[in-house]
Amino acid sequence: MKNTISRIGQSIKLPGLSFLMAFTITGIIIAVSDEKVMNKIGSPIEFLKSAGASVGNAYLALFQGSIYDNRLAKSNFFEGFYPFFETLVTATPLILTGLSVALAFKSGLFNIGAQGQFIFGAIGASYVGFRFELPVGIHILAAALAGIVLAAIWGGLVGFLKAKTGAHEVILTIMLNYIAAFFILWLLKTKTFLRPGRIDPIAPEVADSAKLPLLAGENFRIHAGIFIALAAALFVWWLLTKTTIGYKFRAVGANSQAARTAGISVPFVITSTMMICGALAGLGGAVHVLGSEHALNTDVAGSFGFDAITVALLGRAQPLGTVFAALLFGALHTGGRMMQSNTGVPLDIVVVTQGLIVLFIAAPMFVRYIFRLKKLNASTSLTSKGWNG
Amino acid sequence: MRKIRSNVEKRRLQGVVIISTLASLSFLYFGILKPGKEATTFGFVLNNEWVIIKEWVISSQTGARIFSIISLLASAIAIAALKKGRSISVPVAVASFGILMSFLTWIASGKFIPFTGLLQGGLLLSIPLIFGAMSGLVCERSGVINIAIEGQLLASAFVSAVVASLTGLSWWGLLAAPFAGAAISFLLATFAIKFSVDQVILGFVINVLVIGLTDFLYKKLLIPFQNTWNSPPTFEVIPIPILSKIPVVGPILFTHTIVVYLMFVIVSGVTFTLYKTKWGLRTRAVGEHPTAADTVGIDVNKLRFRNVMIAGFIAGVGGAFYTVGSVGAFGKEMTAGAGFIALAALIFGKWSPIGALFAALLFGFATNLQSTLSIIGVAIPSEFMLMVPYIATIIAVTGLVGRVRAPAADGIPYRRGGAH
Repeated sequence: MKNTISRIGQSIKLPGLSFLMAFTITGIIIAVSDEKVMNKIGSPIEFLKSAGASVGNAYLALFQGSIYDNRLAKSNFFEGFYPFFETLVTATPLILTGLSVALAFKSGLFNIGAQGQFIFGAIGASYVGFRFELPVGIHILAAALAGIVLAAIWGGLVGFLKAKTGAHEVILTIMLNYIAAFFILWLLKTKTFLRPGRIDPIAPEVADSAKLPLLAGENFRIHAGIFIALAAALFVWWLLTKTTIGYKFRAVGANSQAARTAGISVPFVITSTMMICGALAGLGGAVHVLGSEHALNTDVAGSFGFDAITVALLGRAQPLGTVFAALLFGALHTGGRMMQSNTGVPLDIVVVTQGLIVLFIAAPMFVRYIFRLKKLNASTSLTSKGWNG
Repeated sequence: MRKIRSNVEKRRLQGVVIISTLASLSFLYFGILKPGKEATTFGFVLNNEWVIIKEWVISSQTGARIFSIISLLASAIAIAALKKGRSISVPVAVASFGILMSFLTWIASGKFIPFTGLLQGGLLLSIPLIFGAMSGLVCERSGVINIAIEGQLLASAFVSAVVASLTGLSWWGLLAAPFAGAAISFLLATFAIKFSVDQVILGFVINVLVIGLTDFLYKKLLIPFQNTWNSPPTFEVIPIPILSKIPVVGPILFTHTIVVYLMFVIVSGVTFTLYKTKWGLRTRAVGEHPTAADTVGIDVNKLRFRNVMIAGFIAGVGGAFYTVGSVGAFGKEMTAGAGFIALAALIFGKWSPIGALFAALLFGFATNLQSTLSIIGVAIPSEFMLMVPYIATIIAVTGLVGRVRAPAADGIPYRRGGAH
């Protein structure tokens, strides 16, 4: 019992301290950039008071914008949770793209390409969604499948090229992200994808039969995609821990030389990992289009694919960790909007917070150094390999 | 006939086969099957340089044929050189140029191509890429992967704009920018070398931080107080006497701001020091085999730390180009992924300064070609033209045009006693 507690204590110490440092630094930036605070720099006590108020208000707005806002609970208690549902809507695609990056980490690959894979997932789902008329249920399945297949090909291409030529997946995925971004710009100008009567790049809305069902009525955007995302997390967990192929993935991730000696086909693992990663990110794109966007536009991917990397790093490439990390970053982004409109602190500060958290998580030696800790569970297992690896 | 055996020769053969095929195709397609019907005009005069030829008007079909034939001849020379085991880079370059010109003459049928402006604009677009690639080179040749080029460029563009605005002098902006780049480098060096953080992940996270922080400060300070914080003066163009008057070459190379001239200085400086000085030898040794370097008394991590800092200074000058070196005011995420293209140029150029320089120039030129063609109204979707640098990089790293190999110890933290 005591052991378990100390083990849990050890495992949350690093994230805990990282959070603490990240939110402290963010707070300092918010205070220093607030002219109301800086005007009081003459008197230390007033200065600290107003700095505290400035940061406190910003963080309160961050909470109200992402979890619960009593001002919204006009007719009943439940309505106050509107921000939390918004957080879930943002977190849904993040969970899926985060899982894509996390799974790649498990096989020793650094998948920066979730952005491009997401775009292809969105393209596939959108096309089947607006082009065909199918019964409810089947339409959703077909659209999602189209997105998954396209994205799995796009992701699998990376794995195939790496396995065949030894080219580094980081370079390949960065380049393919740009290509995907230009591709969607072009695609939305073509007759097939441009919505009739529009000149701005937007595709037709997907048919009602292809839209994911809403979970809490018309007033909330929360849709069934969150369950799909959670199921995907469960799938990744099952794949990694309960199947032979998952065992092979982890073996190659831990030591590809040893895995090769043990008779595991490394090229097969690389290619199939990247295909599954592509499929996961593509499902993210599909769910985003079918669940909340309903129409393809050039900015459909937002920064879901890039945030996915910070999500997976924070979640230490574990499925459950990734879900929590996606919820946290989803909350930061959703709450950041409220913070921006209510307190004038630009939304972009949450990107800094996010970056800082991940920086410290990835640098256990640094956290240990700052807090003079003797022991800290340091095995983040988050490494990629040099260009030649 | 000599038999071609080694891997290198096989790849060179592949290259020659590809280029000759392309040359034949361009002759067939642009010259015979689908010739342009009207005349193409090339403009050569940009400013007030001495005029030899002002414009050159040629029928699209004849022009395309001439250029294709030039490239076919060059391909033939390349094949001959290959058989004799000589270097094929010059004929291949000429052949590629011929194909490109043939394409231009064909596509601009009935239109005007500002030839000199096309090249000058291409050079300008590649300036930050070159600085970025040199920054990456100085890091990576010593064994530290630098994915944070984007962050270095963005941070220094921001700082140079702010400092130049506050002081009212573009010189202060240019002086401050390298220190901003170095500050990012300090973060990279400390975490990568002292705390052994994975360098690829670290570089990525640093970029996220810089993007977040500059976006934040941009909204908080630069937009509301634009006059104080974001109205930097820019550098004047300094035409070099006499040289700038040379037709075509003058406007392209010798009519620029100080930042562009600094690029020439830094590229030649890096090339010379890397191959001809003690520092260069040590850098390359540490990047290839740190243990051996350590054995002969080189402090591996100290050298790496210093190199990463130097890289930051270099990238910083490139960042200043975005603001005081060209448009002046800072814009949100104005580097727009240039750091990654610089990284691509470094890899495309096989981690050599001259290779990286030409790769960056190629990428800059491709981008400018795209905008020129879309201005004169040509029916190729601009998105596909914009993909070119990225596709080229994929082709390069997958080894279709010769194997690309990174410094052996690139990205691997060094701990004495092999405790990595």
